[in-house]
Formats: sequence, structure tokens, C-alpha cells
Amino acid sequence: MSDDHKKEIDDVSGVETTGHEWDGLKELNNPLPRWWLWVWLASIVWGVIYFTLYPAWPVPGGHTKGALGYTQFNELKENQAEITERQSQYLKRFENASYKEIFEDPELYAFANAGGASAFKDNCATCHGAGGVGAKGYPNLNDDDWLWGGKLADIEQTLKYGIRAEHIDTRVSQMPAFGKDGLLSAKEISTVVDFVLALSDPKKDAFTLKGAEIFAKQCASCHGPQGKGDHEFGAPNLTDKIWLYGGDRHTLYETIFYARGGVMPNWEGRLDSNTIRQLAVYLHELGGGEEQLTMEGNNNDHGQDTEQDN
Amino acid sequence: MTTDKTPSKITNSEKIYEEHEEAVNKAGDIQYFEKQEKVYPKRVWGKYRLIKWLVMAFTLGIYYLSPFIRWDRGPNAPDQAILIDLYGPRAYFFSIEIWPQEVYILTGILILAAIMLFFITSLAGRIWCGYYCPQTVWTDLFVWVERFVQGDRNARRKLAAAPWSFEKIWKLTLTHSIWIVIGMFTGGAFVLYFNDAPTLIQDIINLEASPVPLSFIAGLTLSTYIMAGYAREQVCTYMCPYARFQSAMFDKDTLIIGYDEARGEKRGKHKKGETWDGRGHCIDCTACVQVCPMGIDIRDGLQMECIACGLCIDACDGVMEKIGLEKGLIRYDTPAGMEESARLRKEAGEEGAHKTHHASTFKFFRPRTFYYGGIMTLVGCIMLYALIFRSPLELHILRDRAPVFVQLSNGDIRNGYVLKILNKTHEHKHFTLHVDGIENSQIDIKAAGDASENDLFVPADSVGSFRVYIKAPIEPQKALDIKFIVKDKETLETAEYNSVFITRRD
Repeated sequence: MSDDHKKEIDDVSGVETTGHEWDGLKELNNPLPRWWLWVWLASIVWGVIYFTLYPAWPVPGGHTKGALGYTQFNELKENQAEITERQSQYLKRFENASYKEIFEDPELYAFANAGGASAFKDNCATCHGAGGVGAKGYPNLNDDDWLWGGKLADIEQTLKYGIRAEHIDTRVSQMPAFGKDGLLSAKEISTVVDFVLALSDPKKDAFTLKGAEIFAKQCASCHGPQGKGDHEFGAPNLTDKIWLYGGDRHTLYETIFYARGGVMPNWEGRLDSNTIRQLAVYLHELGGGEEQLTMEGNNNDHGQDTEQDN
Repeated sequence: MTTDKTPSKITNSEKIYEEHEEAVNKAGDIQYFEKQEKVYPKRVWGKYRLIKWLVMAFTLGIYYLSPFIRWDRGPNAPDQAILIDLYGPRAYFFSIEIWPQEVYILTGILILAAIMLFFITSLAGRIWCGYYCPQTVWTDLFVWVERFVQGDRNARRKLAAAPWSFEKIWKLTLTHSIWIVIGMFTGGAFVLYFNDAPTLIQDIINLEASPVPLSFIAGLTLSTYIMAGYAREQVCTYMCPYARFQSAMFDKDTLIIGYDEARGEKRGKHKKGETWDGRGHCIDCTACVQVCPMGIDIRDGLQMECIACGLCIDACDGVMEKIGLEKGLIRYDTPAGMEESARLRKEAGEEGAHKTHHASTFKFFRPRTFYYGGIMTLVGCIMLYALIFRSPLELHILRDRAPVFVQLSNGDIRNGYVLKILNKTHEHKHFTLHVDGIENSQIDIKAAGDASENDLFVPADSVGSFRVYIKAPIEPQKALDIKFIVKDKETLETAEYNSVFITRRD
């Protein structure tokens, strides 16, 4: 860039030109400060240091690894270790605390709910939906209707061993397929469907002696003489407003004809006991939990809940 | 541009300013990257220099000392008057306290500062740049150190050009050491605004401080050292955006530093006793050039580099006094004023040639000052309103979205909400909760301990978060508009939040 030319000043701008000319256009010379050049050179040096230390260049079969051996996977591992480390102080307390203690300690309570919420998203939301809203055949976990019981110990047991799962201690029961196995005729099923529909809606005038007779004989052993269900057999309450598979005539007929029996895997062995207990607390606190562990305040409210359940 | 490079005979003026000087930032041979020529500002006395010293003492005093001011806020809050607690996270300014969601107040301060800058610039030019800007203040301080150790302009230039010697080494070492110490105090004071000052100082002395403040001190030491020690006028010329768009705020009624060309030209050397007839008052002593921290020649007219510090005025006034002419050859004036004074001079003809003709044309009320002033007042009022009516109690409701609603076994409908009560006071508070707009509803609070709608406890200066279920025996219908009301049990102060109660999928 040695320019031995004489300095030439552009008439219009009064700025000197570089002497470079294209089609009659001359380049003005408004020089950058020299330190700007140094900053540029320094950033090149910085770049060289950077790709020596960190992964950078694509090469056949991958990329240069860099002297520090940095990968984002390692960083993730470190971050997770850090989080586990931070959790450990709560985990230890949580492990040794009873449910009652957890419900009286705001920190443990928050810890359990947060851990439960996160474990729920990872493991349970696939079937039960985000926030436990449920779907046909998959119970809504927000309501106060429980098949196998809504006390903390019940929930924990369900989580641990599953329902009709492979675990030896799993919760199990089997509704007979009344139609398919020829236990009841189509007409009888129809009669009992009317009876069941009337159970949850007293306005419906479908109460028949015949229906009551079939119900008492075939259904009451599990669902109870009043059809209120039984947590021991996972038999749903037939007198409430909540239907797992649907409360219309057609669905009910199908249910009685073919029977139902949902499956939930056992989580013991997949999730550690702390996570299962966190989930139990979280599910209990979704709004339908069946026992009150806090000292006062909502007892009245809760008393009504239990009444309804009985 | 007049450039007389030949050294001339000794004149009266040159006894005051001995060398003939060229502006440093002047075009030379063709260069694609311009070498930074170091500027060696000469010492000067005068009105504006005094103002600059006072402003420096004032601003540096505020900067270095205000973290030590204490302000009692009671037992549940820090007692530092100005504190930005990033971990809190809270910002304290005397009686004002700001939570992160009130960061709009900070935005307001920035807007206000920007408009004030526009306002003052449209009136008085770049006095921010010349007097208050940290870059100017610290550079001035560093130049003062330089002069204190190495002597004035000529001594410094000689020392820089001299070969390495013991004297050069100790003088440079001392200068740079003092710079670094100032830099360390600058960084040190900065981190004090983010920590409890006495505690942090104690920690630093005991070598117990965490790496975060230490790395900030190191970074700011380095940046102060580079910016005020080396970059100096380059920052204003090349880095600062304000220098570039200031011209948008200038008009012919803006005060600038101007050289009275009509009076000064034709410039030339002057001997004592010589007549002033047929020539201008500028004796070309270059005093104005020698004192300029930006390395420009103000006689070339208004330039982008000029930070309006007024030191050339002091220098020129000093010379004018010595040679018995009226001050104000270089002065704060508006372009309109300069024009008017040139016109008056022309009218006065030969008789008035040796008088000043300062035209008092300064106009305070201009459209520009009106609308800058208007915006300033508006933003100021909004902020004042926000601060005065800042509620110490706030309520926020987050409605559950999954599920939107839940039907219970007895047919009741339940909705879930998360209640956030912001207790911005420094006292622990108990609240009651009431919900309007839905009949026969029951409130169920899910929380550890014994929280209920009759007693929600929120500790001082924190957010209480509660899961709330509302259930009611209600037929599916259009969403109900409901209102949450929390009431402080002691002061009976309330906060409200509107939400909805959903009973069916629409």
C-alpha cells in the first residue's frame, strides 16, 4: 500500500483521496484510528486462543476438541451435579420426615411439590396429561374421586406397585365381562345400565326392581350395596358425577359388556423412594387429597369432602 | 486552515506560550490508519478551569463516598443509603426501594437523563461532555497526576521523547502506579454500590472477598487505566455515540465555544507597542491549542471533537489580559450571536475595530427547549406519581390452565389459582382473603402449616405464594368474573385482582 502519489483533496468534501479511482469515482480517505487496527488484530489473537482451547473447527469425523476438553454435555453433567448437591440438604431432611412433618414445614412442603411437579411432567403426564387433567380411561388426578384411595399412603402404594402391573404387590382386581362371558343377557345389561344411570342422577326415573336385583347380585360385592364403590377393589363410586370412561348409556353398556381394567406401571425400581413420596405429596395437593395433615384451618372444608366420599 | 510552520521572531505573546504549536489532530500524509498522537494539555488558570476542578471534586466525591452513607430502614432491610442488591433482588435509594418488577422506574430515570441531556445540550452545548462525563473527569484527573509527576506540557513532551534514563523510568513508573491505584479505587467504589460497603471492605482487607467483586474491581481498574490513561480523547471521538448525534440538538441558538473570527482575523504575531490597525486580535500564540485536551484548534470552527470544556477560553482570556485587549476572542456564544457580533463589528467600521461586539442574542425559549422541557416534565411527573403512589401491598393471581376447571364427585366445580401477595414493607404481615363474584364458594388454601383464608402470613419484604382452590355448587355456565381481595389484618389496607371462574369448556 505504498502510495507515492501527491495528496489530492476532493473538492466537494474537502477530504483527501486515496488516489484509487474506479470509473471516475475516487475513494475518500477517512482513516480509522490505528488502535482500531490493533483491536482487530487482538481479536484475531483471541480467536486463535479460543479455538485452541475450545472445540471449533470441523474436521473429517467430527471437530477439533480443544485443549480444555470442553463439551456442553460435560457442562450439563456439572450443572446437574451442582443441582443435586444443592438438593441434598433438603433430600436428607425429606427422607427422614413423615408426611405430617412435611406438611408442617414450608420448606419441605415446597420442595416436595416442586420435585413432584417436575417428576410428574417427566413420567406421568404421558397418560394423565399435563397438570394431571386425565383423559378417557386415565383418571383426572385433580378431582376428589379416587379408585384406590386418596390418602397419602394410598397414593404412595399405587405409585410404588402400580395397578395391574408386573409387580408382585401390585393393586389388582378384575371386573367380569358380563356380556362377553355370557353372565348377563343384553336385556339384563340394559336394565342394569338404567339402574346405574339413576344412581348418580336421582331425577332419572329409571329405578326398576329388576335392575336393583341384578345390581345387588352382580355388582354390589365390589361397588357396594349403594354403588358407592370400594377403594379396596379399585371399584369406582357409581353415584358421583365423575366417569372414567364416560357416563352415557352407550359407554356404560360397553363397560358392563366388556368390562374395564386400566393398567398403571409400578414405579418402584424406576423412581427412587424420595421421588415417589414427592409425587404422592404433589398429587395429594392437586386438590383432591383425602386426608388433612395440617393442624387447623381447612378442617371444616375437609369434613365435607369425607362425608361425600363415604 | 491557516498553517504557518516557520518559526517566527520572539514576540510578546511567545513569552507566555513559548512554542509555536500545531493542532495534533490534523491531516498529514496519507494514512489508512491514523496514529494516535498523544495530547499533552498545558496547564491553564481561569474561570472554566476552576469550575472544572469544582465539578471534579463534587462528582468524584459523590462517586467515592456515597456508598458509605447510612440510612436506617429498620431491622429487616439493609442500612446502606444507595444499594443495588442483586441477590435480594432489591434496589435502595434513600427512602426509595425498588423491586425487580418496578424496573420501569430505572427506565424512567434513563429516559429522564437522556431528555435532560438533550435539553441542556440544546441550550448550552456539550457541557455534559466538558464537565460531567466520567471519561472527561477521570481523564482530567489522570492528566493532573501526569503533570504532578512529570511537569507541564513541555516537560512531559521532552520526557516522552528522551532516551530511557533513571529519571524517565521512575517518573513513568510513579505516574502509572498512581493511575492504577486510582483505577483500583474506581473499581472498588463501584462494587460497593452492590454490596454492604463496610462488610465488603472488611472482606477485601481480610482477603475473604468472593471472586465476583474482585473480578469487577480488576476489570474496572483495567478499563479506567486504559480509558483515562491512554484512550482519552479517542473515546469521545471514535467510541462515544453521543458525540456523533449531538449535532441533532444544536441550532443557531445553542451555546458553543466559538472563536470570533471577525475579531481575530487576520491573525498574526504581535509585538508590544505595534498598532492593531489592519489586523485581527488573534496573535497566533496557540495558547488555545496547547491547553486543549482534545488536541484541536478551536479557531478552525466548531468541530466534532470539541467537548466544550472551555479551557481554550481561559487560555485566550489570559493572553488577552496580558496584551491589554478585551477578553472574549474565544467565548461561549451562539452561532447567531457570533454572526450578530460580526455584523455589529462591520457596522462600526474602523472606529469599532478594537472593541468587542458581544451581541446578547441568547434565546432560552425556543421550540426545542419547549418540547424537550415538556417531555422532561411529563416523564418527571409520571415518575413522581409512580414513586409517591407506589403501593406497599400488591396482589397477583395466576390462574391454573391445566386443568382449566375440575368437576368434583358431587358435581361442584373447582378452579385453581396461585395467589402472590407482595409485601413490600419491612414488617411481617398477616392477610385475609375474600373472593367476590361467586356465591356459596369455599376457599381451600394448600400450603404448609396452618394457612387459611383468615390468615395468610407473608414475611417482611417478600412475596407470599399460596395455592388456592375455589369450589362452588354451580351449573356449567359462562365464565364468572370474580375478584380476589386481600386485606392487611392490621392496617386494613386492601389489594384486589380480577380473575375468572370457569365452569365449562367453551
